[in-house]
Amino acid sequence: MQHTHYLIVGASHAALSALHAIRLHDTEQEVTLLTRDGSLPYSPTVLPYVVSGRSDPARVFLRDESYFAAHKVNYLRGAKVQKVKAGQNAVELADGSNIGFDKLLLATGAAPMLPPIPGLAGLKFHVLRTLADALALREALPRVKRAVVLGGGLIGMHAAENLAKGGVAVSVVELQPHVLSGYFDAEASAMIEKVFSANGVRLLTGASVASVAARDAGCCATLADGTELEADLLLVATGVAPVTDFLAGSGVETERGVLVDEHMRTNVANIWAAGDVAQARGFFSHDRIINGILPDAVDQGRIAGMAMAEDPGTKNYAGGVPLNTYSFFGQQAVSVGVHEGALVQSGVEVKKQLDAEENRYLKIVLKDRRLAGIFGVNAAFDPGIMWELILRAIDLGEEKMAFLRSPQQTARALMSRNWR
Amino acid sequence: MGAAYETLNFKPEACDGCLDCMTACSQAKAQSDDHLQSRIQIVPSGDGFELAICRQCGDPECVLNCPAAALSKNAESGVVDWDQSKCVNCLLCTVGCAYGGIAYDSVSAHVIKCDMCEGAPACVKACTPGALKHVKTARIYNEVGDLEDLFAPGLSGCQGCNTELIMRHTLRRIGPDVVVATPPGCIPGMGSVGYNGLTGTKVPVFHPLLTNTASMLTGVRRHYKRMGRDVLAVALAGDGGTADVGFQALSGAAERGEEMLYICVDNEGYMNTGMQRSGCTPYGAWTSTTPVGERAHGKTQDAKNLPLLMLMHDCAYVATASTAFMEDLYAKLDRAIQAAKTGFAYLHIYSPCTTGWRFPSDQNIEVARKAVETNFVMLWEFNPHDGLRLTHPVENARPINDYLEVLGKYRHLEPEQVAHIERSVATNLGRIEMLAAVKGPTGAAAAAS
Repeated sequence: MQHTHYLIVGASHAALSALHAIRLHDTEQEVTLLTRDGSLPYSPTVLPYVVSGRSDPARVFLRDESYFAAHKVNYLRGAKVQKVKAGQNAVELADGSNIGFDKLLLATGAAPMLPPIPGLAGLKFHVLRTLADALALREALPRVKRAVVLGGGLIGMHAAENLAKGGVAVSVVELQPHVLSGYFDAEASAMIEKVFSANGVRLLTGASVASVAARDAGCCATLADGTELEADLLLVATGVAPVTDFLAGSGVETERGVLVDEHMRTNVANIWAAGDVAQARGFFSHDRIINGILPDAVDQGRIAGMAMAEDPGTKNYAGGVPLNTYSFFGQQAVSVGVHEGALVQSGVEVKKQLDAEENRYLKIVLKDRRLAGIFGVNAAFDPGIMWELILRAIDLGEEKMAFLRSPQQTARALMSRNWR
Repeated sequence: MGAAYETLNFKPEACDGCLDCMTACSQAKAQSDDHLQSRIQIVPSGDGFELAICRQCGDPECVLNCPAAALSKNAESGVVDWDQSKCVNCLLCTVGCAYGGIAYDSVSAHVIKCDMCEGAPACVKACTPGALKHVKTARIYNEVGDLEDLFAPGLSGCQGCNTELIMRHTLRRIGPDVVVATPPGCIPGMGSVGYNGLTGTKVPVFHPLLTNTASMLTGVRRHYKRMGRDVLAVALAGDGGTADVGFQALSGAAERGEEMLYICVDNEGYMNTGMQRSGCTPYGAWTSTTPVGERAHGKTQDAKNLPLLMLMHDCAYVATASTAFMEDLYAKLDRAIQAAKTGFAYLHIYSPCTTGWRFPSDQNIEVARKAVETNFVMLWEFNPHDGLRLTHPVENARPINDYLEVLGKYRHLEPEQVAHIERSVATNLGRIEMLAAVKGPTGAAAAAS
């Protein structure tokens, strides 16, 4: 049986960040990286841009063979793990072969969650999680005149925008009253929706699909209110969920994701998990959450990699902070932290600023003079500095009013004083 | 991995908020006067100014955050490069940067960041108050880092002492064809002559008497020369062994123009043996033999200006140096090594003593810097052809108290003692400037005309 000291399953941000951290501390012991994909590592986040043609699929790879050679990494493509044998310190691949390990990182990410809509199972539809998905969608585009997107989250909205730009008549069906409700409040979402509507995208919010069925060469989605949406292409983007079924019987504890501690370690001593598959403590609540965002995957991957390499500099995971950046039709929406609804209400201050003419919105949520959340549409601030202000729980003190007035400048000055 | 890079240095206390750097940057990078397009952002903070700019991190988070492989750390230049053709405008890099170093610019409709202007930053050129500096010291690290360290690991210096740095850097630069003399003092005390029958260096080293360092090196150099071998004779000596006990041998060798490099590591006293005063101990300083009490208030005489005395020997090369100015030190070391092949080269390096001067062990380089910035010591070099040249003239010298107040050995000073030190500094400065104004000795000038 093949054996490796470090075994990393997955090849996206968490995996690559862990690999980077391991090699900063341990340049010698064997590292093997497994991916079920047939390609070099890439990010799921870039896929909508592959669909739209903005990104050349040949140039989206995050590492190349020379990187793996220089860092003495054994990179195995087309290797899908179907079973973790924790007792034997080995994984079993889909082809039946086994790889032994001393330390294992699960960075397998998430997969599209398919809603239980009658008719969906027998229908041809698209999802967007792998490079193959993106290429299939791109390949289908020239024949598409009408499209239905199920789900108004980031993937769905990115795809809807790109389809609309390609001249397709797009309808987005979202169960929640607003799109992107995981990150933005009603005001911000409404502004985003306005831009989409102005660009010809039909948004059906607060709507659910009763059934889908094939019609002609395409399909037809029937909403709960009876509305029928005919389309040549159906994209299901109703969210993603960690893939944990291959862990059944392994003894690795899972809930919605793989449960991990402050060092991203699972309940099994030599197995770690990071990224979209991991369920780790939240920053605002000690419950373990699935944060599922790229910068957090990088963060978790680094901590896991350092812990695995026994780097004495390993720090505890501070907890997941919800955050995201979203560009749409040349405009920007950014969210860092939580809205007031997620906080114990004493000491909470909320400031909202809306400039309808400029399509600009800024909302700041403070808790006990500390930043808890900042949300903007076309508003200038540095998300990285804001994230750090939250993590460090910097007391704004006398700068509070200045911060509310001019968050970018004030935060930059605070940054210089507090962590230069 | 392992390379050092050029960087930008910002001194907030020197920034007057003129924003010329931002104008220069937006002009250079966006052909615009719009400060929003500047990659360098000066922000008001309290009474002063702070800076948001790409730090060109060694382990950049923005690169790890980029889903499109548009950002990468350039191993050659150290710059975090941004490839517009790959960027998808997702802004996730701005989440990864905790320094505001990469930000969305709504005018150009993409993120912008500092690219160091291919090694000639426009902002630095535009900064008249001198708050921004382009630090190129990395060159030294990259060059010297590849040279062999000729001292054994684990020298036993006091915590925070800069002498280990002086010893290791000097010998790396000189290379293995050398015989080193380390007379009694801190340097053998740190282990240059070794323990248990082994030397602390990987090259021949010996322990002359305090009195005869330069004489012995004279013989060593002459012997190797007669054998037809080019072996550099180098002394690494303290100020006591140089200015006092060893001076007659030193003066004689300098006067005869013996071929050697004599490096004096000046910590202003016999620090190795219990911090006694030397001829280089400054006025007012506490030492164990110039105590402070009811009647005594530290040393009552000024230090002798040893490098000036050596200049008066008309040596092939004389220079003063400080570990707070490593580029300057390295340039002088190179010239001294060259000069020592044909004549007497003397290098005087100031070495603040954490133990004997009584200051926190993490402050050595800062103390060395303040000594220069207050003109307490001056950095210059001399050769008989070009005369004396100030290599780091200090125009707006800091008040002498900025230097004195950080050192425990001056804690007792009375105002009149401080005034005395001020006068001594002024006198010294006057003398050096006078010598600097003379363009070479009369003989050389006459020969040239």
